[in-house]
Amino acid sequence: MLENLEVIGLIGLLNKVKEIKNEDYRIMQICSTKIDEEYELLYTFGREYEIKHLKTTIRYGEHVPSISDIFPSAFLYENEMHDLFGIAIDGINHDYKGNLYRTAVEAPFAGSEA
Amino acid sequence: MAAKRSVIPFGPQHPVLPEPIHIDLITEDEKVVEAVPSIGFVHRGLEQLVTKKDFGEMVYVAERICGICSFGHGYGYVKTIEHIMGIEPTDRARYIRTLLFELSRMHSHILWLGLMADAFGFESLFMETWRLREKILDMLESATGGRVIFSIIRIGGLRKDVPDDILKGFIPELEKVVEGIKSCEKVFLSDPAVLSRLKGVGYLSKEDAINLGCEGPFLRASGVDWDNRMRGYAAYPSVDFDIITSNDGDSYARCYVRIQEIYQSAAIIRQCIEKMPQEGIYVPIKGFPNGEHMTVIEQPRGGACYYVQASGKKFIERMRVRTPTFANIPALVKTLQGCDVSDVPILVVTIDPCISCTER
Repeated sequence: MLENLEVIGLIGLLNKVKEIKNEDYRIMQICSTKIDEEYELLYTFGREYEIKHLKTTIRYGEHVPSISDIFPSAFLYENEMHDLFGIAIDGINHDYKGNLYRTAVEAPFAGSEA
Repeated sequence: MAAKRSVIPFGPQHPVLPEPIHIDLITEDEKVVEAVPSIGFVHRGLEQLVTKKDFGEMVYVAERICGICSFGHGYGYVKTIEHIMGIEPTDRARYIRTLLFELSRMHSHILWLGLMADAFGFESLFMETWRLREKILDMLESATGGRVIFSIIRIGGLRKDVPDDILKGFIPELEKVVEGIKSCEKVFLSDPAVLSRLKGVGYLSKEDAINLGCEGPFLRASGVDWDNRMRGYAAYPSVDFDIITSNDGDSYARCYVRIQEIYQSAAIIRQCIEKMPQEGIYVPIKGFPNGEHMTVIEQPRGGACYYVQASGKKFIERMRVRTPTFANIPALVKTLQGCDVSDVPILVVTIDPCISCTER
């Protein structure tokens, strides 16, 4: 089990992220993991040497609100999730619309053998 | 009259870029007003291979994420698996890992100095720094047998020991490298022509460096004293070193921090050799990893995150690597805004971009 992990529902994501921002954390990464017909999203935040994780699970095709209004640098991770996993993110501050990753193989790789 | 906006494509092929990244520079006259990066030209999908490779064999794949920080990637993956499996490597393994990590940092920073010299058009300085880098590669070769990919690290310790006489032979070699870097430092940090390309160029404030998720020397050059080696992994708790920072936040500061870190790495290696324990190098492992963990280590370019999710099987379910270059892209975009078009190559090089890391 990850240390300092909180499992939350998608509906409470933005409020929880705002709370974490108010505690002076910054975004470290967002990881998507495909599990059967669902995606597990792991948000990691750091404050100096402290780390905190938020985990939420979404169904395939479900829309996720962007946290880039709260953490501006999250746009890169969110565009990555969209381009490589096909996850729909609403309201990214710099939305590349699928053009961040210019892969030769057609993306997203979700569900493929890539 | 408002200046006309133009879009200048920078990359994916460019003289300062050893690897492909593309940035659309939106300019007004000679000023960049916005930069839009895109990556993925050489994306390899290495993370996906964990579902098809034995978790022990995956060390080889992790090392191949990048040819410059290969040891660090192997280490980050191994450390994560060791944490999940509750394995504590021997003291000698921890010290040798630290030593190899610092040799890799020296090699990476010296390589960067050469690329920087090349970017501002000082080719003899490029050749001199890369001549010094060869000595580090020779040391890595004598210790591991490899110059780029080492394959010495394994889950539970090391694949082979490095004899003490070879380690002791590193000390005079390191002194030669440090002397050589001191000679080059005069040019990098004092030459008026070089200063004109670095001083005040690409300023990033401390607040922006923190808020934009900046990592490594790029972060520390803006006055933030964070270094993930202070988290206390490998033998770092047993050696003395300080976090090197600068408050200037410009390209000169990034150059200064990396040069000082080269000296610091040499000092850490000397301490490792002097304190090297004599016990074994490997702890046998049993079973398969079951659980999840994230490790954060300090790669030469900054903090790197390694996340593994395993369920007690031969194959791991998910591995995620967040590399420092990826984290530094938002801050790079910020520093590019408002700079002269002629400074763009220098600024891109000052984050020490490693695209093969980013395209894991």
